[in-house]
Parts: sequence; C-alpha cells; structure tokens
Amino acid sequence: MYDVPLRTPERPGRLGRRPRRPGRLMASMVGATVVRKEDPALLTGRGRFVDDIQLPGTAYLAYVRSPHAHATITSIDSTEAAGMPGVLGVWSGDDLQGLPNCRSIPGMERPCLAPGTVRFVGEPVVVVVATDRYRAADAAAAVVVDYEPLPALCTIEQAMAAGAAPIVPGTASNVVMDQPLTEDDAEAELAAAPHRSTLRIRNQRLAAVPIEPGGCVATWEGGTLTLYATVQAPHPVRNELAVMFGLPQHQTRVVAPDVGGGFGAKASFYPEFILTAELSRRLSRPIKYIETRSENLVSMTHGRAQVQDLDIGYDDEGRLLALRVAIVQDVGAWPDPTGTGLPTLTVFMSGGCYKIGKIAASFRSVATNTTPIAAYRGAGRPEAAFLIERVIDLVADELGLDPVDVRRRNYVQPEEMPFATQWPGIIYDESDYPGLLDALLSHLDYDGLKAEAAQRRDDPSRPLLGIGFSTFVEMGGFGPSPLFEQFGYIGGWESSTVRMNPDGSVVISVGTSPHGQGHETAFAQIASDALGGVPMERITVLHGDTQTVQEGIGTMGSRGIPVCGPAVQKSSDGVRRKLIRIAAHMLEASEDDIQQDGETFSVLGTPGSEVSLAEVALTAYKPHKLPEGMDIGLQVMEYYEPTNLSYPSGAHACVVEVDRQTGRVTIVRYVAVDDCGTVINPLTARGQVEGGLAQGIAQALLEEVVYDADGQPITSTLVDYAVPGAPDIPAMETHHFETKTSFNPLGAKGLGESGATAGPQAVVNAVVDALSHLGVRNLDMPMTPFKIWTAMRAAQQEIDQEATT
Amino acid sequence: MRHDVTLRVNGVQTDDTVESRQLLVHYLRDTLGLTGTHVGCDSSNCGACTVLLDGLAVKSCTVFTAAADGTDVLTVEGLASDGEMSPVQEGFRQCHGLQCGYCTPGMLMSATGLLLDVPEPDSDEIRTGLEGNLCRCTGYQMIVESVSWAVEHGGVGAAARSHADRAAAAGLR
Repeated sequence: MYDVPLRTPERPGRLGRRPRRPGRLMASMVGATVVRKEDPALLTGRGRFVDDIQLPGTAYLAYVRSPHAHATITSIDSTEAAGMPGVLGVWSGDDLQGLPNCRSIPGMERPCLAPGTVRFVGEPVVVVVATDRYRAADAAAAVVVDYEPLPALCTIEQAMAAGAAPIVPGTASNVVMDQPLTEDDAEAELAAAPHRSTLRIRNQRLAAVPIEPGGCVATWEGGTLTLYATVQAPHPVRNELAVMFGLPQHQTRVVAPDVGGGFGAKASFYPEFILTAELSRRLSRPIKYIETRSENLVSMTHGRAQVQDLDIGYDDEGRLLALRVAIVQDVGAWPDPTGTGLPTLTVFMSGGCYKIGKIAASFRSVATNTTPIAAYRGAGRPEAAFLIERVIDLVADELGLDPVDVRRRNYVQPEEMPFATQWPGIIYDESDYPGLLDALLSHLDYDGLKAEAAQRRDDPSRPLLGIGFSTFVEMGGFGPSPLFEQFGYIGGWESSTVRMNPDGSVVISVGTSPHGQGHETAFAQIASDALGGVPMERITVLHGDTQTVQEGIGTMGSRGIPVCGPAVQKSSDGVRRKLIRIAAHMLEASEDDIQQDGETFSVLGTPGSEVSLAEVALTAYKPHKLPEGMDIGLQVMEYYEPTNLSYPSGAHACVVEVDRQTGRVTIVRYVAVDDCGTVINPLTARGQVEGGLAQGIAQALLEEVVYDADGQPITSTLVDYAVPGAPDIPAMETHHFETKTSFNPLGAKGLGESGATAGPQAVVNAVVDALSHLGVRNLDMPMTPFKIWTAMRAAQQEIDQEATT
Repeated sequence: MRHDVTLRVNGVQTDDTVESRQLLVHYLRDTLGLTGTHVGCDSSNCGACTVLLDGLAVKSCTVFTAAADGTDVLTVEGLASDGEMSPVQEGFRQCHGLQCGYCTPGMLMSATGLLLDVPEPDSDEIRTGLEGNLCRCTGYQMIVESVSWAVEHGGVGAAARSHADRAAAAGLR
C-alpha cells in the first residue's frame, strides 16, 4: 500500500549541517532553557479557546445521539422540540439530504447524521439549534426517536464471524481492508529457527481526552465561510470544507485559536464542521457547537484498538531470526482514513531497534459497532514498540537470558546508520541504540535492583520488585510528501514566513498549528539564532489561521520541529542575508566584514563603525537607500520538504513494586533517556517526554475504553474512564542523548510521541518481570490490580497443584 | 424561575437576574465574559472550572449561580495584582507547569486554594491537593514543581490573600 519512493540522504555522518552564519557573536538560543512566550496569556485567563469566541447572535447546536450500538431508526418525532422556546430548528438526516459526507476511504464516507441506521452509541441522529446552550439541550432531550435494534457487533471477533452483517453500507464484509504486506508468511524461516514462540497482544482501545473537548463556531460573512475549530490542522480542514461547500479556498477560512490539547484526535474531521457551517448558512447567524465530555468520550475518535498475533523464531543467544506479525485493527463503525492506515505504521516499525532476519506482516481493518478509531499520540508506532519490546522480553524469559543482553545482541549498530529496513523507504536515521542503553544503565543500579528483586521474591512481607526496559524507535517528522499524501494531506512539507518590521521586531507565521507544544517559543528560538541574535522578546509567532498564514499542513506526527523548524530557519536565513547586505551598504563595507551582535551590526576591525538592527530594518523599507537592485522590505517565505521521516529513539526503564495481596502496582522509578536529535528547549522537551509518558503509563495501568456485550460504552464519563490524576503518575527522571539526524538541517527528530510510545512496555515488562518467577508470561493492559491479582493467584494455584502431584 | 443575585467577582460587585439552573461557570463565562474559567467535563472530575469561592477552591460547574448569591468569587483573571502575576502563576511559567493551558486556570485556582490551607505542602501533599484537577499534557511533575516554586517565592500572592482574608473576616474560612 505505502510503497513510498523516499530519498536516502546523500551520505551518512553530515550531522546537523547548518548554513554559514557570518560573524555571529551571541550565545545560541537553540538548546537554551527558555520559559514560554505562550504562558502569560494562558496563565491570566487571556487564552482564546473556541468556546471563548462569542460572536454576536450566536446560536447553539446540540445533537440527539444514538443510544444504540446498532439499530434501524423507525421514527423521529421532533414536534415538541421544534415548538420549544428559543428553538430555531430541528433537522434529521432526511431533512439535510445533499449535505456532504465526512471524508473517509472512498465509498465509506460517513454521513453527518445517521442515515436510517445507527452504527455506534453516540452517533448523531438529529441536530437542534437554539438561542442558548441550555435551550438547545432541552430541545434535544425532547426529540423522540424510535429504534428497532439490530445485532450489535462490538468486538472484532463478532464482526468477523461467519454470517456477520456488514456494518458499513456498500461493503460485503466487515473486513474493510485485508492487506498482506509481504510476499510470504516467513513460515520457512520460523520453522528453521532453533526456538519458536507465539504471543497474542491486545493493545487496548484508548480515548485521547484532551481537556478541551471538541467544538467549533461557524459563521458566514458575505460569501465567506469562517470556521473556528479546535483542530490540529486548519489548512486541511479548509481544503475539505471548500470542496464540500463548493467554495474557493480564499472564501473558506478555518481558524484554530488556542487549542486545549489534541493528541491526534483533533486531526480527524468531525460532522459538526459541516453541520455548523450549513446551519449557519441557512439561519444566517453564527452557530456554535461545544461537545460535553460525555459526548466527547463517544464522539471524538478513539485510538489503538489492535490485536496482534506474533510468531517469533530465534536462536539460543536470543537473536531474532524471523517474526510474523498479523494485526487486526478495529476501525469502529465508520473507517477513518488515518485509522485504517494505523496498522501499516505498526508494521513499518515492528522491527524496533533490531535487526531481524525477516519480518512477515499482514493486517485486517475491521468495522465494529463502536466509535471510529483514528490517531492517538503515536498512532500506530506505540503499538509496534509495544509488540517488539514484549517480544524481546518473552525471548529472554524463554531462554533464561537477561533482557538487556538480548536487546544488545539484536541492535542495529550506530555505524550501520542510516539503516534501510526491509520496508521500502523506511530508513532509520542516525541513532546509537547501544549507547542509549548504556546511558540508561548509567542512571540505574541494575545489578543492585536485580539482587533486590531476587531477595524480595523470598520475603513474603515485602512487595515484589520488577524491572522493565523499553528501548524503542519511532517515526517523527511526517512527511515527506509522497507518504503524507496517503493520509489525505496535500503534502508533507511545512512553511514559514519571517517578516521583520521597520523597527527590527519580527513576526513569523508558521504552517503548523500547535496545541500545547510551545511552537511560539521554539520557533522564536530557532529564528533568534538564524537572525543573528535578535532577542526572543522581539519575536512573535503566529499560526492557525488559513486567511493570514501562508499554506500549511498542521501539527501531528512529531513534525513541528523537524519539518517546520527548518522552514523557520530557512526563512530567517533569507531575512538575515538581506540585513547583512543592507548593513554592509550602510557601513560601506564588505558583507564578509559585517559582524552582528544581537541588535548591532559593526565592521570587523573598524571600531565605532556600527549601525543598529532597527536602522538596518528601517532602511529595508526605504528603496532609495537600498543597494542597487534590492527589493523593498524584509519578508521571506520558505517551504521545507523533509527528505525522509525522522526516527526518534530512546531507552527507558521502569522499576515497579507489586503488592502481593492486592496486585496494586507502584512505580518506584521511571528513568527515560531520549534521543530526539537536537534539543531546541530542554524545558519544553522535558514537558513533551513527561506528558507522553503519563499517557503511556496510564495505558499500561489505568485506561481502557470498554463496551458491554450490547455495545454500550461503560467508560463514557470521566468517572469511568481513568484519566490519571496527579497521585497516579510518578515523578520521572528524564535525560537526553543527542544524535543529530542528517535528514534535516536542524538535526532534530521530533519528540511529541516518544513518551507515549516508550512508556507502556516499560511498565508491562517491569510487572511481568516481577511476576515471572510465578510463571506469568504476559499481561494485558491496563494492568489493573484485579487483573494482576488474578494472574498471581492463577499462577500460584498452578504451582501449588504441581507441588501436590 | 429567575433569581436576583449579587456577587463580588474579582473584587467587583455584580448584580444580575439568572435562571435557577444556570451554573456558576456559565455565569462567569457567558454573562461576565470571564472566559478564563473553563469547562472540561460534565461530571465534576476535571477541575478546569475551579474558582475560589469565599476562600475555598470549588468547581464552578457544580455550583448554581443562584446558590452563589452573596458570595465572593476569585477567578484566574483576578489572581494577578497590579499587573504582576501571583507566585503560583509565575511558578507555572518558570517550571513549565502548563502546555495547552486549558486545565491551567483550574490548576492555578486549586493550587492557590491548597496553599491557603497548607502553606508549605510537600510534593505528596501537592499531588493529593490537586487530585481533583486533570491535566492531559504535563504528566504532573512539572506542576508539582511549579507549586513548590510558588511556596518558595511568596505563596498565594496578594489578591488571593486578601480574598481569603475577607472570607476569614466574614467567618467563612
């Protein structure tokens, strides 16, 4: 499917090559710990999130959602609702014939309102608009919908069973995609291996739960549609809305204001984008929709939801000779283009940091009567890292080897980088996996911990101790364009415009659309350096508005720094070249002799001959004072197309205690060493790692979206869905190990998804290690106390039984 | 049914007529335009809507405006004094205690409420004290450090202190 012609870098080892910076004297801002430019507004209640946007005359949209997982709609009575005070209208799918569908795989597009049949609990059936949010909710509650229930197919087993009715209209089966990714199944290699094991992994369904739920406001002014929406990628939403409404793109404006977290789920396209736009057009007033958390937990796309069947062939030393990966991806009731692509990314990364003789892979994407699945922090790569890191520990356990030794024996070596995996175009950039492991071990007294764990096993008065490792590699820096096109984006590049004002201050607009990552600060750091030391406080970074920002793609796939960073650098370089030229002209010196010290230009070896940045900047706007032939102004726009994906990696360790009586896990230590290449800002880098780890640790111990046998979600509020609180997450120790990538000029690999990718298996490996003497080989996430207690008890009973026979 | 209410919000007296069922968070956001207080759930779990009400941190999504009649409310907009962020706000900035910023107003108010009750909490007490506030971005450790920073740099700050003193003088704290 993704047969991507990616370019290999010309040669390895030219790491982090940067353009020449003549005569720059200031200390580098890249790499400096800098507090964020974003914070003062957010800390004083002056942020502007979508529900804070209050346009005159705004009306509120509310949904009537399906209470059934699968049912035929037999009647809809909205008479009472339509007559309630403040109600401006009530519409069902039938009332909105001709409305465009949400984007998906061609032929499987999702209608905005359920068309005669509902396919998951929470699917919108009827939409109500009223003058305030309370009245809209009242009216939605007064709509009476009758249903004839259909069999609910809520598990992949049910959906794939013989005779199961297809859920998605127009499909012949619930297996909506069935894809072998290799020519054979590696049976010969597996059969020839000295040892062979199998493992089934369930990577459970998760909810992204950004603390700001989904929402949008649509308004029309003249012929221009404006949608304010809490999204990660305003330009792609604009492109889609323009097609759906038959508008030119210049009359379709999408604004992502402050966005309260996204984690991948706000990169999907939601029915309310179309419905608020259409109903705003019909009612000639702004329409706002803000989902409640209970709606968010059934409406916003979920993530993960893979079952993987693994067959592993290995030798006596634990070297991996062959691996077969068969993935079943639950895609929910309406296949999302990202959701169906997730297993491809999992397969690409299924070899992890290791050289494996042969990997055979296939996947099936299966529709079920559940909330659609799409990206969630890591999107396909955490599922890969989890599987291969569990495989390594399983092999170590089977052979009685130390999992650290098994890792070392299988690593791709630093001198082999860039390393072409068996997957076309998937080429790992510069990394040092053994070095990362060494760095990790330098922070751990591993031998001491192992001795302690052994002692604890024989001391029933103390909790069991386990040590788990996760040495991972994932993908960052999405594009390049040939790959990113296949996820529905027009390209995989990113853009930046740097404009220096006549007073020497700087406004930068970028095509990424951050939602907590700190781009305003990081890009200002990059620009400050590239502009020769313009102070951070003299730089403003804008983003998220398709009408004022040049073309852009958005923020996802750990692409902000590795893809947009070089665009910022290139465009800043362009402005700096102009500054130097103007300064040289003003000082009647050669460009090569111009030195810049922040906001002062001087001539090398000519004391007193200097001109301020503001004077140079002002001159740029006075054509009669410019060098012959130079254009007016100081504005440069650049696009940057990455040559390839980048491959952030790391080595993490988790030390846990397991309570023998209750099965409760306590994380005693969590140590992370990450290689994201160039670190722009250690403060925000730490925030990315720790935040991702919290999600990874929560996947291991707490979180799961659960449906009952009838397809009712039983985790549809924050009472039931276990987002961790402060007491649930340990203090973490984070370190960096910098191997710059040669795949982009900044040398940065991206970091946003590393924690979520690394965390789960570190915790699971630690808990399985703590219980391995009982014969426990595997545990499904989330490892609740009850699940662990059950496993411990079953294992102990088996031991006791063996002792008596 | 409608009710006449009088509140003191960030030091300013407000008089309004509100519906019985209106939540305080909607009064603050929609009527007063104080949009710094956020809504993140519908089950009182997330804490994004936390404000100080008569000196106590409360979730303004679980208080009716009518029930708040006569109270003194401090929101995130009122934490700074004389244009100077409070030590808690500054601590979050110095220690990167926020990323997307959506949970942040509630975190700041809960942290301020905690420091009013326990002026020098250790990190476990901070974690327990902020248990009712969810953050999906930071992983909490940097929030814990932010609150510790505030403890070392003057505590709750002048605005929250005088808010709490008023509540104490009225016998409410």
